[in-house]
Amino acid sequence: MVTPMSIRLKNVTVKRRGKAILGPISLDIGGSGVTHVIGPNGAGKTTLLKVLHGVERLSSGEIDWSQPAEVARQSQAYVFQSPIMLRRTVRQNLAYPLQLLKTPKDEIATQVLDWAKRIGLEDALDRPAPRLSGGEKQKLALGRALIRRPEVLFLDEPCANLDGRSTRDIEALLLDANASGTRIIMTTHDLAQCRRLASDVIFLLNGRVHERGPVAGFFENPETEEAKSFLKGDILL
Amino acid sequence: MSEIWAGIAAAFRLIFSFDADLVEITLRSLQVSLTALVIASALALPFGTWIAIRRFRYRRATIATLNALMGLPPVVVGLIVYLMLSRSGPFGVLGLLFTPTAMIIAQVIIIAPLIASITHQAMRDLWAEYHDLLISLNTTKRQRILTLIWDGRRALLTASLAGFGRAIGEVGAIMIVGGNIDHATRVLTTAIALETGKGDFELALGLGFVLIALALAVNFAIHALTRTESEGRW
Repeated sequence: MVTPMSIRLKNVTVKRRGKAILGPISLDIGGSGVTHVIGPNGAGKTTLLKVLHGVERLSSGEIDWSQPAEVARQSQAYVFQSPIMLRRTVRQNLAYPLQLLKTPKDEIATQVLDWAKRIGLEDALDRPAPRLSGGEKQKLALGRALIRRPEVLFLDEPCANLDGRSTRDIEALLLDANASGTRIIMTTHDLAQCRRLASDVIFLLNGRVHERGPVAGFFENPETEEAKSFLKGDILL
Repeated sequence: MSEIWAGIAAAFRLIFSFDADLVEITLRSLQVSLTALVIASALALPFGTWIAIRRFRYRRATIATLNALMGLPPVVVGLIVYLMLSRSGPFGVLGLLFTPTAMIIAQVIIIAPLIASITHQAMRDLWAEYHDLLISLNTTKRQRILTLIWDGRRALLTASLAGFGRAIGEVGAIMIVGGNIDHATRVLTTAIALETGKGDFELALGLGFVLIALALAVNFAIHALTRTESEGRW
């Protein structure tokens, strides 16, 4: 990495059918930590993630990845809320992102084996991915995202509907990835997970950044009333 | 009823005696329809996939046209190909009329829309499933189409088999452009039409059973080769 990754949003808005679902948002994301985007349903968390990833059409505003969009996209990965499995084996799913980059075959084979071990699916390499369990699918999706060693990894509720064990496995993988230099930006509804993983928090409400700060400060001492009641578990409307 | 039994008996006699004419006619049927299938698939599978993933201005009109072309009357296709290839037509100089090539051209025109349309429907569903992932991975258009074709190969096989079924059983167009010339352009369907016209129902039925057996054999062979249905739903 020559220049450290940074993403800068300037007055970004996203509208669908005339209704603003995000923004205007101006945001600067740099550094090397784990950022959690939290907020109630419909606050625009997923949309914000997609904007940052560059796959959402902006209604106005600008986005700057500090490098050309093509290069930036190549060094990002995204894990969807419900994992999308290619109708292939686990091995082929893991290999796919590298094949797209025309990585040499033996290099792919080594990487696939390595990552299959990391995600605990080395015994399932030849099973069809669509038939894995929910937790295994999510792990495979994560492995497939990390196999390109992205600079930035986006995750949309990676642990929704997972049990404690799978959640722990995935959190361990995320911390590992972060430790080896991958910037992580994820949404969650699980505030306990947020405390465990996050270095800083973006609190979204009604499509805007309502509050932002380091995780300790946010949980101990939220600045806004809404964040306080959100943390208390009140229902925000 | 007795004619049907006689037909079955005639069919067995023809098949097991390796009747030279029958073998020739059968091979020509296969040659014409399989060649048409390969050409039509090469055109229609990528095209059907392409219109499934690409948003362009006249997409809806294209799809509607394609679906309408599925019902293209073979006789009319035959007539138009005939006019194109006849001595006075624009491609007359090629001298293709009344050759197997002309029959292949007509069959490609008949089955390509069918294959493209079925492909489009199957690929549209698969694309809806894969869309977010393939966009996120920053795939090129070419990579997307190849991925969809590969992962949807079972559905594409079905599309191709539907095309083959239509081609091998088709008579109107190839009769017109091929001319049903003995030892040159006679195939199973045109031979059946001829024998029926002559009143030789035994031979016609015999040929008919061979035709049905051929269609089944090709389907089974392709299914066996690609092991469809043996690996579950995907």
